[in-house]
Amino acid sequence: MTPRRFSAANIVLGAGLAFLYLPLVVVMIYSFNASRLVTVWTGFSAEWYGALLADRQILDAAGNSLMVALFSATLAAILGTAAGYALARFGRFRGRTALTGVIAAPLVLPDVIAGLSLLLLFVAFEQAFTWMPGRGILTIVIAHAGFTMAYVAVIVQARLAGMARDVEEAAADLGAQPFTVFLAITLPMMRPAIAAGWLLAFVLSLDDLVIASFVSGPQSTTLPMVVYSSIRLGVSPKINALATILIVVTLALLTAAAWIGRGAFKQK
Amino acid sequence: MSSVIRIDAVTKRFGSVAAVDGVSLDIFENEFIALLGASGCGKTTLLRIVAGLEHPDTGRIFIDGKDMTGEAPYARPVNMMFQSYALFPHMTVAGNVAFGLKQDGLSGAALEERVKDALVAVEMAGLGERKPHQLSGGQRQRVALARCLAKRPRVLLLDEPMAALDKHLRERTQLELMALRARLGITFVVVTHDQSEAMAMADRVAVMDGGRILQVDTPRNIYERPANARVAGFFGDINLWSAVVGDRPGTVRVPALGFEMPTRGLLPPSGTAVSVAVRPERIAMSRAPLSGAEHAVTGTVQETVYLGTASTCFVKTQAGGTVRVLAPHADGASAFNKGETVHLSWPSTAVTVLDA
Repeated sequence: MTPRRFSAANIVLGAGLAFLYLPLVVVMIYSFNASRLVTVWTGFSAEWYGALLADRQILDAAGNSLMVALFSATLAAILGTAAGYALARFGRFRGRTALTGVIAAPLVLPDVIAGLSLLLLFVAFEQAFTWMPGRGILTIVIAHAGFTMAYVAVIVQARLAGMARDVEEAAADLGAQPFTVFLAITLPMMRPAIAAGWLLAFVLSLDDLVIASFVSGPQSTTLPMVVYSSIRLGVSPKINALATILIVVTLALLTAAAWIGRGAFKQK
Repeated sequence: MSSVIRIDAVTKRFGSVAAVDGVSLDIFENEFIALLGASGCGKTTLLRIVAGLEHPDTGRIFIDGKDMTGEAPYARPVNMMFQSYALFPHMTVAGNVAFGLKQDGLSGAALEERVKDALVAVEMAGLGERKPHQLSGGQRQRVALARCLAKRPRVLLLDEPMAALDKHLRERTQLELMALRARLGITFVVVTHDQSEAMAMADRVAVMDGGRILQVDTPRNIYERPANARVAGFFGDINLWSAVVGDRPGTVRVPALGFEMPTRGLLPPSGTAVSVAVRPERIAMSRAPLSGAEHAVTGTVQETVYLGTASTCFVKTQAGGTVRVLAPHADGASAFNKGETVHLSWPSTAVTVLDA
């Protein structure tokens, strides 16, 4: 049967994709606009990419963002893996339901609430123990790891739930003590899930504006914060160029996460 | 003979269900024993308790005379082959086999030697560098077997080892397992739901149902002298009729057949309800009335099922009961047809009287 190119399903699919991606395509096209006016097309040019690379403030912010994303994703991968493993493998321990809820909460908690509560916590730390005075990169890393570990935990738990218990039992039966079983069998089999979770955490951290705005200090502006504040001062075509780069990087990482994770949900 | 494994009054409950219910069993040096039963009868749970993957609620497990009830799986000198094979997907075939040996502290040339030996034993010597997903089902089974054999366990536990293989491969693997066992002198405990597999391979069969062992004996004794109606029904095809011990000594009255049947052996007092069992292949069937037969029933062929070497015929007696008869084709006689009137007979030695 030849596919019907204009079937109702295809039209709905096309409309949905257009709804999602047309705004992004417009931004990407206008990033190559020669005009200083963002909404008037005058001709093709890559000059805004050059201007972007000369902008100290943006480069610093990009550096901050990458550093935050790198550290928070790594921290989230470690904590999320531990949480996912506990949920999938420790049976019906005391407080399991509570832990499930606590881990799932950041997935649905509004960013504004999460950001505000973290800000209050960090301020309290500063007043009580003089920890992390003035806030900065470290507080953003902690905040980001806190909400992105939920995603890692969910991915790792799903992987372990789909992974037959008997492989670990076979290792124990062959003489491996529990810690050896974890290192030699469980961890390698969780690797695709952990890698996919790390990439997802990285992207979520890179894109976060709200929580970072609450918990950042004066010297720790991240890229989304720069974009947001510069739009409020009037849109520069540089921002289109920056947005295009961010879109491309994010899509590349998400594709990588999906590609690595494709093995994470199937047996063997 | 000393027992390698002694299972002593073991009970294991999952919630309110007793998966294993007060089972005691001695498994002897160098024997091949099959735990036979339908799915859910507790046979796999019992195997997992011996391996240490489950812990019994009550009862004890002795291996080589030592109480191992509380020991972890890695401390027991037994190895289990899982129904799913449970190969390590991220390791090569050789890596899978080497894993258990490394836990014993082996390395270098000694390790390689043992891995090679184990792979040679299952005819997988050339495939050591493959990953499990590059193997066929039969090859995966061999790797799982090699992984256990490499450890040279006292007892090899096999959970439904043939379940994932096709019929042809299954027969070949059965023969190979028996040859391996003869060569290596390892005690085998096999869990299976397939009575023909159990009969073909095992020295002794333990028939399980509802978490209990109904009978432990050689396949022949279980087939010919089942302990009760449930064992008889599970182990091969059989005619089972409810009956009452008759007034004349040595007879039972079978309402489904409409006559009193002489039997051999001791019977309970007259009037006791019993079951009478006769194997279909012990019944002779003919078109002409038989003279001098101890038991003779006349009936009508209701259904015939062609099996190649024989036909199974279902014969309805005048009293209303149905008799299952296995009629061989060996003598070249024409097959019986539906609706034919036939005469059935069998010797009293073919009759087994069981508790009702």
